[in-house]
Amino acid sequence: MTAIWITIASLALGTAALKLAGPLLLGGKPLPPNALSVVELLASALLAALLVVETFGKGRSLTLDARVLGVAFAAILLTRLAPMIVAVLGAAAVTALARAIA
Amino acid sequence: MTSVRSTDHLDPATPRFQSGTRRGLPFGIAVFLISLSFGVLARPVMGSVAPVVMSIMVFSGAAQFGSLAVLAAGGGAGAAIATGLLLNARYLAMGLALAPSLRGRPASRAAFAMTTVDASWAAASRGDGTFDPWYMVGVSVPQYIGWVLGTVVGVLVGPAVGHPDALGFDALFPAFFVALLLEEVRGRRRLAAAGGGAGTALVLTPFVPAGLPILAAAGAALVASRLRS
Repeated sequence: MTAIWITIASLALGTAALKLAGPLLLGGKPLPPNALSVVELLASALLAALLVVETFGKGRSLTLDARVLGVAFAAILLTRLAPMIVAVLGAAAVTALARAIA
Repeated sequence: MTSVRSTDHLDPATPRFQSGTRRGLPFGIAVFLISLSFGVLARPVMGSVAPVVMSIMVFSGAAQFGSLAVLAAGGGAGAAIATGLLLNARYLAMGLALAPSLRGRPASRAAFAMTTVDASWAAASRGDGTFDPWYMVGVSVPQYIGWVLGTVVGVLVGPAVGHPDALGFDALFPAFFVALLLEEVRGRRRLAAAGGGAGTALVLTPFVPAGLPILAAAGAALVASRLRS
């Protein structure tokens, strides 16, 4: 039980430190133009990385399972301008269905 | 060089905060469901109070699911903390990106920076490398409420739900990122950054500890920034 509380406290403090480091160390100084053009692309790169890790990751290995079908279904719905919440729920429904059939 | 945006001073904080909360509402519903599945998964491992405290204090899907997986597999606190912090290491890069858009005293900059989560940070990006801090806070508020409430509900209904994977709940989190990504990726350079980030993460996942592949994906932004737009 102690391990759980140590984990929670450390993650709370560590995450705060990660979020605060840039703004407190850099202050409000503007970034050089080169850095700005990287920043502009950072969200695309990080979100895509999170997406593939959450879709194909299983610990330290990669796997193809029913999540892929759900996520693909969500992507199709979103490109057809479905509301986000519909797409997210659709992903869960398709994944659950695929597991029920398999 | 265009002049620094003066709208920050002319445009009052309240409407930007409010339009942020409107934008954040669907995010809040989505993260409610995601944290519900976290509560269900966490209860057998952590009991019913700790998962809620964790959501209040840590407020991070990737780190909470990642460290829970380590603890559930019998790993110690050290491994759980390392995994969670590596998964959140991207916040260092996101904080550096956000820093120049935050003004005022250190305490005020810190307060804004603490509200950073993936969806809000991406939504608050103005597309020119700067961010709208009040808008970001607005987008974060419904997500924080949804995240904490979802965990409470998940812990309470957990035993009735069984394993949330049977309900496809493990597809909620990646589907959420698909939605965020599709809003973000406009134009050739962003597409290149996304493709490079995804490829980097896939290639590295089998070889390095969880979280590092995501941080390394930031390198794709660096490479893509050299492309002509």
